[in-house]
Amino acid sequence: MATESFDKDATVSREDALHPPMVTVEISGKPFQVPAGVTLMKALWYTGHEVTRGAGCLGGFCGACATYYRTKDDPKVKTCLACSHAVEDGMSFSFAPPFPARKATYDVTQVADPKQALFDLYPEAPLCRNCNACTEACPQNIDVREGVWKAVFGDFKAVSETFMDCVMCGLCAPVCIADIAPNFVGVYASRAYGAREMEKPLGLSERIQAIEEGRYNDDWERILKMTDEELQRTSAAIPS
Amino acid sequence: MDFHALHDVVHTSRDARCQQHLPRLSLAERDALIARYHPDYRQSAYRPIAFGPNAGDRTVHELAAMLEGDSRIADDLSLTPTHTVDVLVVGGGGAGCAAALHAHGQGANVLLATKLRLGDSNSVMAQGGMQIAVAPDDSPVQHFLDTLKGGHMQNDHRLLRTMVEEGPSIARWLLELGVLFDRDDDGNLHVKRGGGSTRARLLTCSDYTGLEIMRVLKDEVLNQNIHLLEFAAAVELLSDEHGACSGAVFLDLDNKRHIVVAARTVILATGGIGRLHIQGFPTSNHYGATGDGLALAYRMGVPLVHIDTFQYHPSGCAYPEQLVGQLVTEGIRSEGGHLVNAKGERFVNELDTRDVVASSIIRECEEGRGVRTVTGRVGVWLDTPGLEVKDGEGTLEKHFPAMVRQYARYGVDIRTDPVLIYPTLHYQNGGVKVDANGETPVPRLFVAGETSGGLHGRNRLMGNSLLDLMVFGKRSGITAAARAKTVQQGQLTLGHLCRFRDEARKHKVAGQVVSPKVFPDYAEKT
Repeated sequence: MATESFDKDATVSREDALHPPMVTVEISGKPFQVPAGVTLMKALWYTGHEVTRGAGCLGGFCGACATYYRTKDDPKVKTCLACSHAVEDGMSFSFAPPFPARKATYDVTQVADPKQALFDLYPEAPLCRNCNACTEACPQNIDVREGVWKAVFGDFKAVSETFMDCVMCGLCAPVCIADIAPNFVGVYASRAYGAREMEKPLGLSERIQAIEEGRYNDDWERILKMTDEELQRTSAAIPS
Repeated sequence: MDFHALHDVVHTSRDARCQQHLPRLSLAERDALIARYHPDYRQSAYRPIAFGPNAGDRTVHELAAMLEGDSRIADDLSLTPTHTVDVLVVGGGGAGCAAALHAHGQGANVLLATKLRLGDSNSVMAQGGMQIAVAPDDSPVQHFLDTLKGGHMQNDHRLLRTMVEEGPSIARWLLELGVLFDRDDDGNLHVKRGGGSTRARLLTCSDYTGLEIMRVLKDEVLNQNIHLLEFAAAVELLSDEHGACSGAVFLDLDNKRHIVVAARTVILATGGIGRLHIQGFPTSNHYGATGDGLALAYRMGVPLVHIDTFQYHPSGCAYPEQLVGQLVTEGIRSEGGHLVNAKGERFVNELDTRDVVASSIIRECEEGRGVRTVTGRVGVWLDTPGLEVKDGEGTLEKHFPAMVRQYARYGVDIRTDPVLIYPTLHYQNGGVKVDANGETPVPRLFVAGETSGGLHGRNRLMGNSLLDLMVFGKRSGITAAARAKTVQQGQLTLGHLCRFRDEARKHKVAGQVVSPKVFPDYAEKT
């Protein structure tokens, strides 16, 4: 890459970006020196940890790298996704172990009364004791407790909105004193809302019918007979 | 200069930029730009493959070495099966889940194996949306032509027609399962404009489209009690005495034991290749995107197509360092976000195809109109605050909550500050040769999703990947389940591996690298 031609004024000059200061972190109880500002995941690799369980999409969407951490002198243990959280000096962290929460199984298209069925599938859901630990455990800042209550009250639309940010890391489940797995409750309510409460889009049905009736067959015949050159001209001529 | 001071040019040039109209490039202009700046045309990055079904074809060094690589297992491994199933699905992303669900729906006994957890994939990260021609001013034919143009006319017509025609029924299936696509006030599916498309055709779930679809599909795979093997990496396929596929060998990543699965049909849905960091590019891909399926299929004798072309997503993050390589959703550009060089100028129609936009960003940077970070990275600005100015305060939070959060973690407020971007290795345009049911030339071996090739030609259009996964996951699942009813379980042998090793020895490339790679080796060795 031709970097010599760069206008000096268009260069970020932060010395610490080239030679970052090192910070001390504790990984699963052992102290290590790592560059300031790297993600917890990169700190693991930097210190020679081979990661199998604990790495997934590396983009903050899959929830595989759910992590407990604590910052210097703070008694509060917090949660984050290791792929998307930066180290701080004095931080301690460990991956959250897999947790055997129960997921109910169901056919969302067939459940007779989805709102009532919630209590059969997840009878523990209405037993929430409002301790708010789930909300505090959520690395996505979802108001999990509120989401569970909305599910219990049958407002599945609100549940779907509340849990749209949920990456299913499952950190809300181990902290629940009523043994609720709020993320599973959220998925059920959200799916039931989508599958059973939302209206069917009319335009989609019409399009499917048009395809099934062969209404595009003449177009296809015309297009598929074309040479590459003709196709190129045709696609180039489509107004955008 | 202070990083924030560099933003000023984006803010001061905004009014003038908004008056500008940059037309999309003509085909001739596009070809010239790409030939000069696109990484696919960097000759030194390529070499011919030494042997095998694609002997003599050129591809990038990283992939050539992997295809010629040696298996992790010995020829005389004991092949007593631990599991015997009708359909074995390898991979737990979008294509794998769709394949497993449809095969199961046909009554097949299905096993889904993945080297990570179910759903840990690229699919879960897809933010931009899913192209399906549902709008009144649109049609499958229009979708076909747009995709063909984006793919440089190299797309397999049969695969492409199949995908665009089945799109609407896939949308219906996902809605029935409870996927919450964005809607218009009249209840119809809301469509957004995607790069390279002449019609608004992207179905979205805010900027969580992939996450929402995968949450639902994962949940459904669990609801159907489909047999799962997690943290099991496929290290070799098995062949019968006639060369047909008869199962696979996995490495259990927890206890390092081998697991042998006998299967009447096998569907490879192992995803892409970004973690090979082709040409040293950062990547937007997930941890396991090491192209395992390509190596496994190649050793079985299946030819690959279009393996000389990769997609570099125009907007990979170039700052802050923690986010380098991660995607900045194309949605920002779909909604009218400008790309701006260090001089405060726009330099490309932001909605042109990905290869055009990526090439033009590389051009700006190579010609000195980029912004440089001290970590040695260069990039151009994406004017995210421009959307707040244009569409009102709160626009970003409403439409791009994931992105606002992604940057806020590192103290960057994309509502007030533009973000620095540079192309990132995103997608493998080509892959294993398949027919419209995902079947490869090797009997009983199917491939679906990013591992397959031909559908996207030489450049995949935004939003076509999610649809590809669903359509060909479904078709391969249904076909593999039907085939499993008509065939007997084949013998379990490593005949193909012995033949492959003989070839490798002849070409003196035996034992140079081990493939599949399974994971990138990021752990520092001292």
